[in-house]
Amino acid sequence: MTDTLIIIQATSNELSKSDLAAAGFGREAAAASGGSFDILLLGPSAAALSAEVAGLGGGTVFTMSSAELEVYTAEAFAAAAAAFLSGHPYRLTAAATSSATKEYFPRLAALLDVPMASDVLKVESVDPQKAVLTRAVFVGNLLATVELEAPQALVTCRSSEFAPPASGGESSAVEPVDAPTALASPGKVFVGLEAASSDRPDLKEADIIVSVGRGTRGPDEGIPLCERLADVLGAALGATRAVVDAGWLANEFQIGQTGKIVAPEVYVAIGLSGSIQHLAGMRNSKTIVAINKDPEAPIFEVADLGLVADLFDAVPELTAALESRGG
Amino acid sequence: MKLLVTLKRTPQRDARIRISEEGDALDLDNVQFEVNPFDELAVEEALRIKEARGEAEVVVVSVGAEECEQQLVSAMAMGADRAVRVHHDGELDSLQVAKALAAVVEREEPDLVLSGKLAVDDECGQVPAMLAGLLGWPQASQASDIELSEDASGATVVCEVDAGLETVSLALPAVIMADLRLNEPRYASLPGIMKAKKKPIATLGIEELGDLGPARSRVTGFRALEDKPPGIKVGSVEELVQALEEKKLI
Ligand SMILES: Cc1cc2nc3c(=O)[nH]c(=O)nc-3n(C[C@H](O)[C@H](O)[C@H](O)COP(=O)(O)OP(=O)(O)OC[C@H]3O[C@@H](n4cnc5c(N)ncnc54)[C@H](O)[C@@H]3O)c2cc1C
Ligand SMILES: Nc1ncnc2c1ncn2[C@@H]1O[C@H](COP(=O)(O)O)[C@@H](O)[C@H]1O
Repeated sequence: MTDTLIIIQATSNELSKSDLAAAGFGREAAAASGGSFDILLLGPSAAALSAEVAGLGGGTVFTMSSAELEVYTAEAFAAAAAAFLSGHPYRLTAAATSSATKEYFPRLAALLDVPMASDVLKVESVDPQKAVLTRAVFVGNLLATVELEAPQALVTCRSSEFAPPASGGESSAVEPVDAPTALASPGKVFVGLEAASSDRPDLKEADIIVSVGRGTRGPDEGIPLCERLADVLGAALGATRAVVDAGWLANEFQIGQTGKIVAPEVYVAIGLSGSIQHLAGMRNSKTIVAINKDPEAPIFEVADLGLVADLFDAVPELTAALESRGG
Repeated sequence: MKLLVTLKRTPQRDARIRISEEGDALDLDNVQFEVNPFDELAVEEALRIKEARGEAEVVVVSVGAEECEQQLVSAMAMGADRAVRVHHDGELDSLQVAKALAAVVEREEPDLVLSGKLAVDDECGQVPAMLAGLLGWPQASQASDIELSEDASGATVVCEVDAGLETVSLALPAVIMADLRLNEPRYASLPGIMKAKKKPIATLGIEELGDLGPARSRVTGFRALEDKPPGIKVGSVEELVQALEEKKLI
């Protein structure tokens, strides 16, 4: 029985870690229900990505693209997914949590009149009438058990909590499907995207993140020191809300309740206090390193390795130590 | 023009929430409540639109029990003109709340609905996009800037997306969800607080709003995060490098 569908947004020619994690969720949900999972690739790169996605252990890989899906909008993607799902009623339909699925999955839930669980961390059980899932609430401070009582339901899953399925094994069948006509909602036009260009790894992909707080005193003072450390470590750069609000770094660098949620192998927190909203975005990192001059800073409560020091001394010293070690 | 702002009563942003002994509910006895921080931004934005245009009515709406009138009054103290409360005591799921709000929208016929992007208690981030879907209206999420056209037929919205800042243009009516950098909410002034006491709160019975269907998403238990073993403090950069090497992290 095929009962889980994973939707992957195919608007770029590369699969992200989150897409692989969503397939990992598919495998876990399928194991819980005793079924299997399919994948729907939605967008202009659907065909181009299908060969790679066919190796992820799913049943069938469906590809859907059309002029209206060329650029992502919540309206068109929700309408396209709704059209597909009304012909193929899956037990669970899931995607990785992202700024896109945060807006189009609830819209899709309304179009289909099915319940939804956001940013799920764990699959507890999946029966024909009830799915039991774990998710975080109250700024990540508590875990809640959520029961979706319906034969069909939607889920977004937190990509850091699901391992990509092992590759290899049989390749899935690829099946192009027609996009419904007149998808584009009359009311919405994409105008443009402004993205900071960077040679560093993407926050969601990185194994190491160097994250900066207000204590760095901005782009003319501590931030370049931390950037140099990030480069020596091959790390991505992250930031607190305070840093982004001050205009020191762009919004896509923000980690936390209202930014990105990450869980790299190593998270180096520099000159940030560790507010609950920031912790909500990084507390599941495997190893947390904190450098802060205040021994009482709450970040030390979650840090595996803490150094009480002035970052203006410690960060250049650490960078130099790592450089000489590497050389 | 008419602006409708959806508003949820939530525990104070830094409150420590404990679980009841049975583990199936929250112990909220000593917790203070406030307007959900993201909804406060939505109220502020509505007031700024009203001030910039020189005319507009700002209506705040909440679905909940009687105590959420305190938060409706807070919004009116900031400057909202009137409030609607859909009375319901007990749990509703996001889709039921969205259906109730859709019924209010059909009665009020606003030109724009402003919502917070997320309620800081359940952290679902579902209701406003569900509302947009039910109404068939365009939506913009994670808004950090909203510019209405002169004739109020459309809006240009900057949204904080994973890749950066996305600009979209929407035809009104639409649903727009506020993110943190949209504005800085004002404090209620003393005259504002006095005036708010006289502003009307209309109450609607939830049963007047049509069939909302059953609650199909339910929270059945809570648990605390697993305790993490305490970390170690290192005394110098040298010790830090050594510890990282021992853990094979570098
Ligand atoms: C609804 C809501 C959502 C929010 N969402 C987020 C979110 O997603 N992400 C987020 O990060 N925040 C978020 N916040 C904000 C959060 O509450 C904090 O205000 C913010 O995280 C603080 O940033 P910070 O740690 O950089 O600054 P601060 O709290 O000011 O900390 C600065 C730290 O730097 C240290 N320091 C100063 N100088 C030095 C030095 N020379 N050397 C070493 N250390 C030094 C200080 O000891 C201090 O601990 C949110 C808030 C609200 C209300
Ligand atoms: N009971 C409610 N009454 C009014 N608005 C609500 C209610 N629940 C949620 N909302 C709105 O939907 C937003 C997101 O809530 P949620 O989907 O619960 O995260 C909130 O910021 C509110 O604007």
